[in-house]
Amino acid sequence: MKELAIIILSGTGTIFIVLAAIGIMRMPDFYLRLSVTVKATTLGVGMMLVSAAIFFGEVSTTSKSVSIIFFLILTAPVAAHMIGRASYFTGVPMWKKSVLDELKHKYDEKTSELRSTNVGTEDVNAPDDTNA
Amino acid sequence: MSAETFLLYFVIPGLGLAALMTFIRIFIGPRVEDRIIALDLLITTGSAIIATYSILNNNSTFLDVAMIFALIAFLGTVAFAYYIRKAKNK
Repeated sequence: MKELAIIILSGTGTIFIVLAAIGIMRMPDFYLRLSVTVKATTLGVGMMLVSAAIFFGEVSTTSKSVSIIFFLILTAPVAAHMIGRASYFTGVPMWKKSVLDELKHKYDEKTSELRSTNVGTEDVNAPDDTNA
Repeated sequence: MSAETFLLYFVIPGLGLAALMTFIRIFIGPRVEDRIIALDLLITTGSAIIATYSILNNNSTFLDVAMIFALIAFLGTVAFAYYIRKAKNK
């Protein structure tokens, strides 16, 4: 029973990590690579650590594994958001077949403030200004 | 099939293959941002390898190293993002 749980958890985790590696090698664009790696890797490593906790079955090892999983789940999205935001500001190009850039003209270049309307069209005649 | 056989013949080669493909991205990555996220993925894969190794050797001390690896991956990515942003504004 314990062996079966370890096999299932570590096998699924390995498949997720290999899929993330295939994604980072094959995806055409920085943003697609970022999107494909972070989630899959967090889930895969979490499953491997759960299988380690099941194998040892002690309080000390289980608490160690749980703290690592908690830390990963807490920090991986923050790191991905920071690196994605920095790359968007520094002008990393999107894939040439991308159809939509929803943040275009929405960021103020000087203050890096996000607006709901286009930057520079805050007058009352702007078509998508909700405050008018 | 015992768990040890499975770990030796499926999990370790799979993780090694993943690390190899990530190394290819670090090598060819056209921009520095690609290399940063590839390094992040490589360190996280390394912590998975450490978890497998601790199961195989029946030694739970290695999980501390996995914890430090997770910390280093986060701090490295955040620091790189900060300095990329700062270099643009200069």
